[in-house]
Amino acid sequence: MAFVKFEEVSLAYEEGGALAIKDISLSVQQNEFIAVVGPSGCGKSTLMKLVSGLSEPTSGYVYIDGRQIGGPQKCIGMAFQASNLLPWRTTLENVMLPLEIVQPYRSQLRRKRKEFETMAMELIERVGLKGWEHKYPWELSGGMQQRASICRALIHKPQLLMLDEPFGALDAFTREELWCMLQDLWQEQPFTVILVTHDLREAVFLADTVYVMSKGPGQILVKRDIAIERPRTLAVTYTEPFAAQVHVLREHIGSIRKS
Amino acid sequence: MAFNRRKFMIKNASWMLILLLLLIWEIICVGLNVPEYLFPAPSAVWSAGIARWEPIMMHAWQTFFTTLVGFAIAVVVGVVLGVAVGTYPIVYKALYPLLVGFNSIPKVAFVPVLVVWFGIGTVPAILTAFLISFFPVLVNVATGLATLEPELEDVLRSLGASKLDILRKVGLPRALPYFFASLKVAITLAFVGSVISETVASNMGIGYLMMAASSSMDMALVFAGLIVIGVMGVVMYELFAWMEKRFTRWANRGVNAAAV
Repeated sequence: MAFVKFEEVSLAYEEGGALAIKDISLSVQQNEFIAVVGPSGCGKSTLMKLVSGLSEPTSGYVYIDGRQIGGPQKCIGMAFQASNLLPWRTTLENVMLPLEIVQPYRSQLRRKRKEFETMAMELIERVGLKGWEHKYPWELSGGMQQRASICRALIHKPQLLMLDEPFGALDAFTREELWCMLQDLWQEQPFTVILVTHDLREAVFLADTVYVMSKGPGQILVKRDIAIERPRTLAVTYTEPFAAQVHVLREHIGSIRKS
Repeated sequence: MAFNRRKFMIKNASWMLILLLLLIWEIICVGLNVPEYLFPAPSAVWSAGIARWEPIMMHAWQTFFTTLVGFAIAVVVGVVLGVAVGTYPIVYKALYPLLVGFNSIPKVAFVPVLVVWFGIGTVPAILTAFLISFFPVLVNVATGLATLEPELEDVLRSLGASKLDILRKVGLPRALPYFFASLKVAITLAFVGSVISETVASNMGIGYLMMAASSSMDMALVFAGLIVIGVMGVVMYELFAWMEKRFTRWANRGVNAAAV
């Protein structure tokens, strides 16, 4: 059974206004890594808000784990283009934030603080931020902030990770480094991922399935399976099959932009 | 060497300016032979201050006490109303015009009313200090909460955080720099409030002391009173400025870096 399921979902932000997305149907399997690509303004972020329960569909249904979504979800981790770290908290305190909110961690926090801190430190070390756990966000580089942000999205062991252009503001080298980091994390301890991006190479490198969206209103045009063997290395991105996948997606996007 | 001297100058600029102004003041008074009952020289103010040290201190403590009590009430009321105004749009819509109108009324106009209700003395002074100083606290706390970035709120909302969680984890810490900035304004205003009330309706406090001194043409004592109020204001302002730096380092790191 699909873990996340959209059934003919449409959404208009204002009543009777233009649709941001229209008749979206898609399903994501448990521990599948999907990417949604499309031109800017195609309603990718709207999709994220629907899954996380921050917005409600105007028509249609969204299900997570077989249950219809009503209100914000607990089993979700989110990271955005901006790291959105709280500036008055250190890296460690920022990463610990979800444990102060989400059950059952919340009620155990007082008793098990040491244990949870160790858990957070391990994750921080895992993404290469060892030595930076007591620094404040402004003392970190953009890439480091994004690493911390991904730690925060994963600390409460969510079943679903939502990424809204998380690497969009980073330089090319840092971005590719973080692709590999994310892939490793995902392979070690699988979870379902929905990645929204407009970087086609990123989508092909990371995802099992790529969805292409059109804009005004956002609709799903193409679904493409990426059958490249894992673990994928950066060297793969220079091979013929990889380039071919990117090329096909590029053409779809090109035709959307023309129409 | 030249650099050190520059640093020394910057560090002590305020003291040097005060000394310079006192010097000019003294020269004018002595040079033009201004009578002491009109405009006393700093030296005359100083000797008056020393001669009446004990009564001045007694009145100063009274003023200090009423100011602090009024200020404390203002902080509590300001924070509570500020949180309500900043969190609930309906409270904002309902309360704000009323508060702005209230704040436009000169608080000295309230003193006679307070005297009728509470008699002369400490209570009207405390209440005037409160009335004059709660508004900046309220406005700043509300602004801090209302300007919260929706993205930060989304981070918490996507975790299923309640409105209270969001207020505690993001809203209040985020509003803290605004709050401390308002304390600096509020404490100086509170002094204004209590002294106004004491001048009009009290037999205690620096305001009363100055009133009494001026009616007996003792201008040196009036000026001594003015200086005591000024000193108390500066000390309390600096205390809250220090607390602001101490507790909200994340918000003014740029300023701190420049000061080091």
